[in-house]
Amino acid sequence: MKTLQGIGLGMFLLALLTFNALLFMGRFELSEPEMAQSVKQEHVEVLRQELQPMLGKTYSSSFAFATDFNSYLDAYNEKQKNSQQWDRVIWDDYAFTLAKVASEGFVKNNKLLLLLLTVVLGAAGALFYILPKYKGEPEGIKNNGIMFSSNKSRGVVGISLGAYLILVYMLLYWFPEYIVNWTLLVDPLSHALSGGPASQWFLYGTIYTLAILVMGVRMFRRYRGNNYQLLRTASVMFFQLSFAFLIPEVLVLLNKPWYDFKNIWPLDYDFFFEYSVASMLGSGSLGMFMLIWGILLILVAVPVFTYFYGKRWYCSWVCGCGGLAETAGDPYRHLSDKSLKAWKVERWMVYPILVFITGITILTIANYFTEFALLRQSTDVLHQWYGFLIGAAFAGVVGVGFYPLMGNRVWCRFGCPLAAYIGLIQRFKSRFRITTNGGQCISCGNCSTYCEMGIDVRWYAQRGQNIVRASCVGCGICASVCPRGVLKLENGPEQGRITDIPVLTGNDSVKVLS
Amino acid sequence: MKDSVHTGDFCILTKGRRIVIIGNGIAGVTCARHLRKRDSEAQITIISGETEHFFSRTALMYIYMGHMKYEHTKPYEDWFWEKNRLQLVHGWVTSIDFGKKELQLQQQEPIKYDILILALGSKPNMFGWPGQELQGVQGLYSYQDLQKMNESTASCQRAVVVGGGLIGVEMAEMLLSRKLPVTFLVREAGFWEHVLPKEESELVMRHMREHHVDLRLQTELKELLDDGTGRVRAVVTASGEEIPCQFVGLAVGVRPNIELVRNTALEINRGILVNEHFATNIPNVFAIGDCAEYRVPLPNRQSVEQVWYTGRMHGETLAHNLTHEPVKYNPGPWFNSAKFFDIEYQTYGMVPNTWEEPVASFYWEHESGKIAFRAVFNGTDKRLHGVNAFGLRLRHEFFDRALKENRTVEEVLVKLQEALFDPEFYAKHNYEMLQAYNRQFGTNLEPEKKKKKGMLAALLGL
Repeated sequence: MKTLQGIGLGMFLLALLTFNALLFMGRFELSEPEMAQSVKQEHVEVLRQELQPMLGKTYSSSFAFATDFNSYLDAYNEKQKNSQQWDRVIWDDYAFTLAKVASEGFVKNNKLLLLLLTVVLGAAGALFYILPKYKGEPEGIKNNGIMFSSNKSRGVVGISLGAYLILVYMLLYWFPEYIVNWTLLVDPLSHALSGGPASQWFLYGTIYTLAILVMGVRMFRRYRGNNYQLLRTASVMFFQLSFAFLIPEVLVLLNKPWYDFKNIWPLDYDFFFEYSVASMLGSGSLGMFMLIWGILLILVAVPVFTYFYGKRWYCSWVCGCGGLAETAGDPYRHLSDKSLKAWKVERWMVYPILVFITGITILTIANYFTEFALLRQSTDVLHQWYGFLIGAAFAGVVGVGFYPLMGNRVWCRFGCPLAAYIGLIQRFKSRFRITTNGGQCISCGNCSTYCEMGIDVRWYAQRGQNIVRASCVGCGICASVCPRGVLKLENGPEQGRITDIPVLTGNDSVKVLS
Repeated sequence: MKDSVHTGDFCILTKGRRIVIIGNGIAGVTCARHLRKRDSEAQITIISGETEHFFSRTALMYIYMGHMKYEHTKPYEDWFWEKNRLQLVHGWVTSIDFGKKELQLQQQEPIKYDILILALGSKPNMFGWPGQELQGVQGLYSYQDLQKMNESTASCQRAVVVGGGLIGVEMAEMLLSRKLPVTFLVREAGFWEHVLPKEESELVMRHMREHHVDLRLQTELKELLDDGTGRVRAVVTASGEEIPCQFVGLAVGVRPNIELVRNTALEINRGILVNEHFATNIPNVFAIGDCAEYRVPLPNRQSVEQVWYTGRMHGETLAHNLTHEPVKYNPGPWFNSAKFFDIEYQTYGMVPNTWEEPVASFYWEHESGKIAFRAVFNGTDKRLHGVNAFGLRLRHEFFDRALKENRTVEEVLVKLQEALFDPEFYAKHNYEMLQAYNRQFGTNLEPEKKKKKGMLAALLGL
């Protein structure tokens, strides 16, 4: 068993090493016809001239290729800008596309083999490591040694992993031309699903889904015997694989817009931006359905489901961000900050972001209906800034890169505007609460420690108070790790749900108002 | 309900009175918090040599197992104390001058008080075994004990735990979490035999063995052997067997920690003697928590109660008594909880380890052998005395009310669904239990179901 786990870990590390080494392999050689086929018609002539020194030249890495490409293009754009020729500036980002078509050699010729040696081997290795875990041990959650773990307790391993993830996310969002070799690996899969080559987003989606599936299996092992955890995990695995990964790609195959039927504005922040709306409206009745479905989710599904089941129906059962946090992020859940100060910071961040994106969206819609008379194209700037700061930097780089540093729900807690919206409903109009079981709390702190949202659960439990908090995603771990059976996630009548000054059960000498 | 004792006779009531609490455990801290709520003028000081801040003693095991760090076990953030003007003094009290109303501290200036609250806690029992002072031999109560255990087990190959109760099984779990083989010596024929009925005791023992605890029943410790350097190398049992080990956990109960007040004017027996208001024989001196001993124990209760919950209730009640008309200590129906490795235990009311007619018992155990429920009741009028639950969570409020209202076991069993507190999607066993009861007692009870309105029903207006 130990050997098997050792082999698994070895396989995983080897795969990771190979995966990273891939970035430095292969050749890049851009031919004129390749270039001409990959860019817009109006740019072909310009680029043929500007990129002349590059065409046909062999580069030994994507970094060298991209550096040259960017310097030539920047020089050209700079020239146009200086002479106020704004319409001649090339705003399109061709670096990734051209690097991809330019790639030659080892990686390109061995896509399937390398996919096997990296992504598949890594996933298999992880499963080899995970599956034998807890074998022969009685059911029950074991948090043994978590605080001594370098990986899970912000040691060297954890910090390095965080730094690595941050780096990968930065490449993914802002320098995809450096990771073309990774996208080559999943080209065959992309062709099979959507009929086209893999973008960096397809690569990301593949690995993201795989991470949820593999780490979901880990959840099955770790929380075996706990039906709430098992069902919840199965649910996020299902929604990620089908709704977020397969269905959108198949839609693309059918020439329809890429659409994730469970992604809801304002998490799906560009849902009402012109290009999204135009793409939906341009896709016939299915596109119209997508638009109406998206609006119904916001206006009907969110309030109704949240009223009956609390925020959890989405955040820890359906959502993709939540899905990754609850599976791949589970080992880091205790790293969230539980202080009162952190709660204050949280409220000063997440609600303003909700207000911000709501404002942008309203402006965009108003602009749309006034046929751009209101603000002309200036909403684009807002969209770009929101996309950069919140959509990419916060949700992606910080959201996942900070798992090993600040816990697995940094984005959900401090940034996600949808979580803020659902949270407000949960706080003020819902049947969901975590019930505290009378006076049984021993203040041990397991609940607070393992709360990924940084809620000081114990504060409520030890005073016999139900936990009703906007941020609670209902993962149910507090109830699972409680050694005294004090906490229970419940949907029930609104009456008696919130008690401002609770009475602690047990002492009949005096009425104990906490 | 009103008592003849008035607050004024009970304690000093001057504005800005100096209330000093020795001990920052659950009893002392609860008392301080409630005092502050009710008396904004008083100068409240909490003295502790153990740790600067209040932590949850019950969580010590989780620090050792790596579930939590010490910081996680603090129920209140460090700013809490200053904000609530609860002055913390981190130091050991060396003596009390009850005449001058002054405390001597080991390294700090003496502290004067108007009202003194002793919440001194417990210390592990040691029964004078030869070798009990060797290195690597210890009990587990304080933060210092935990640190010592951490050091002593760093290079340990095998451990022995002595004692058949809650701390014993916790120590076994702690050691096993670090992959140390554990031999568990229990003097009696069953684990926690003086508290648990036979079936429950066996359930726990089965589970311990499942976790590879080397459980030795009816095995008494005789002595501990020195390895020549002052460290323990083995224990010897009463039957002469020598069990090699480098660590010995002594978990044979605790006793009130009253060395500080021994041979003073304060009346003590096993603990500090208090009346039903927690007053000692010296005016303005009170004792609560583990260290207090009731002069007249409450019916069916011990004279010294060393449980988290009672400590908390003592603190709550004394805080009330120092600020209002004193009331007698009157805890509601007994309740307690524990966890044996993976199996949670809750109890409400009085379940003795053995009983006689007319007391009757209903016991149900799930086929897994890990979930069990017992109800003990009066066989004649069926009035419920108490329940034990293993691997099954039950609502405190449900049983608190049922016991106060003298409900019968049958009323409770038919309504048991309301009492279930297991997480959602867990199998419910209340019907199975009721059937078992019907079979055993020849009744024909049907479960009472409370209609639960789901989303569909509500939306369709059903």
